[in-house]
Amino acid sequence: MEFGPHLLLATLEGAVGAAVLSLTAVGLSLVFGVMRVVNIAHGEFFMLGAVLAWFVAQYVAGHPALGFTAALIIAPLIVGSIAALADLTILKRLDYDPERTIVATIGLLYIIQQLTLMTYGPEARPVEPPFNARIALPWFEWGENGFQFYYPWGLSTTTYKLAVIGAAAAVLCGVWLMMTRTRVGLIMRATQADGEMALAFGIPVERIYALVFGIGAGLAALAAVLIVPIQQAHYLMGGDPLLLSFIVVIIGGLGSLPGTVLAAVFIGLSDGIISVFFSPTLAKILATLIVGLVLVFRPQGLFGTRAA
Amino acid sequence: MSTMQRIIIVHLGLLALLFVLQFVLPAYHHGNLARIMVLASYAVGYNILFGYTGLLSLGHALFFAAGMYGMALTIEHLGFAPTPALLTGILAGAAVSAALALLALRTTGVAFMIVTLMFAQAGYLTVLYFGEYTRGDEGFVIQQAQRILAGIDLSQPTNRYFAAWALFSTCFLVSLLLVQSRFGRTLIAIRENEERVHMLGYDTHRHKLYAMILSGTLSAAAGAFYGLLFGYAGASFASVQYSILPLLWVLLGGAGTVIGPFIGTLFMFYLIDLSSSVTTAHMLVAGVVLVLLTLFAPQGLTGELRRRLWKALP
Repeated sequence: MEFGPHLLLATLEGAVGAAVLSLTAVGLSLVFGVMRVVNIAHGEFFMLGAVLAWFVAQYVAGHPALGFTAALIIAPLIVGSIAALADLTILKRLDYDPERTIVATIGLLYIIQQLTLMTYGPEARPVEPPFNARIALPWFEWGENGFQFYYPWGLSTTTYKLAVIGAAAAVLCGVWLMMTRTRVGLIMRATQADGEMALAFGIPVERIYALVFGIGAGLAALAAVLIVPIQQAHYLMGGDPLLLSFIVVIIGGLGSLPGTVLAAVFIGLSDGIISVFFSPTLAKILATLIVGLVLVFRPQGLFGTRAA
Repeated sequence: MSTMQRIIIVHLGLLALLFVLQFVLPAYHHGNLARIMVLASYAVGYNILFGYTGLLSLGHALFFAAGMYGMALTIEHLGFAPTPALLTGILAGAAVSAALALLALRTTGVAFMIVTLMFAQAGYLTVLYFGEYTRGDEGFVIQQAQRILAGIDLSQPTNRYFAAWALFSTCFLVSLLLVQSRFGRTLIAIRENEERVHMLGYDTHRHKLYAMILSGTLSAAAGAFYGLLFGYAGASFASVQYSILPLLWVLLGGAGTVIGPFIGTLFMFYLIDLSSSVTTAHMLVAGVVLVLLTLFAPQGLTGELRRRLWKALP
């Protein structure tokens, strides 16, 4: 394949990654923004979403779309409930002290990961996509005969991948509307601005925290259900999303939702493109170094206004 | 008996006990204890930064791995003898920790944790990236012939135990002397209230810098010895897990106590060892212990002891 079509293909793959990444990262960013909690176990909630999607798809008979739709609803709900429960039993009792919650979420990471290993096992398992038609893409060129277009071999995408991008965009719009237009969103923003003052005004801050932690984990699980037909479910799959979400949240500015989405698109696309043309390990080395350096020299992120 | 005498008796008593134990322990526990002492040296190094200075690093695997690879790569590719190789490893750890300290100490709190985590992750990926030399995850074995230090074959269990004991004693005594010194007391003051110490005219940044370099250097020494004594260097020692483990050991044993890191390493090692016979998912134990510790005993085992019985325990 020539460079142009190859780049288009890499961009498309990157866009799918970016869509899933922005959902995961928005979950992390929401939790950090409202609760000031750095959730190291976020990647494990992602993994749990994928694994639960496999379980649900196993138990629903009939067309794969049925199982997938069920997973799309059930997996985020279960993961969200688990997260809310963890918040109420563990994080609340630590008074959301930043350092202690980090240590506790590291513990949570190992608990979730190892319990999955014990029940689900070390295999990687696929979930069948609800629909998956190939779409060949044309490529335009100015040749000897003037303008022409043709279908290069290998340049294609699937309807499912396009649907993932659409679904992620729709969910992000939903989160945005919830935060800015609804009463719950208003209460969350009030809690974010000043927890004590919100409590004084009669807002049940503890319940809001549990809700936010649940929604954050649910978003990660939703992202995982979307990606699992493309990438298989495995008990160690939480590492990369966690790392990338961190990168996105930090570059985008901690706690800033638009910044997070913008950074997710940027990081997801560049990760996809760099991984196609160079070594994925090199791409990750560069990304982690950039995050470290951004935190050191520009702690408010590239788009944010507030220091970590 | 004065407090000072009791402190000396307890700490030197532990070292003496460990020295004597090698003559009575059965082979299996003999090998375990040698491993525990090297890992405890790592925990002692970690404790200087976390327990005494109050800086929670999530990237100490970088220093451990710098020591290990500084030692192993020079032996493997440059044909170094063990002594200069160990020195290279320790110096590499000192250099890496100085570089990271200069960057990371510009941040505080949560940002410090994430910065250390990110640079350690970059270090781990770098080890994988240069798989041609490091053999990546698979790692490489250091042959028995390459492990003879000044005529002593370190692959022999007795020699290995003695080397581990010597390393641990050194780190342990450095840590004990540190907390008795002016420098160490200033570190504790920084942990308790950095702004006040700064206002009193101490250069807190310089103190934290030196603490991090000392902590990183001890960790690197532990990494270098671990590779040499057990004859293996692999990328897993640079992974996040090896940054979390010393945190776990120190938290369990008691952060900010000299003896705590050893106690924590000993308990955790045998806890994981016992659970391995039941399940392969042995890191589950680590997770449960971490959560329970943060919830119920943030001071750890020795910390509880200090709170209830002996307030002057350093």
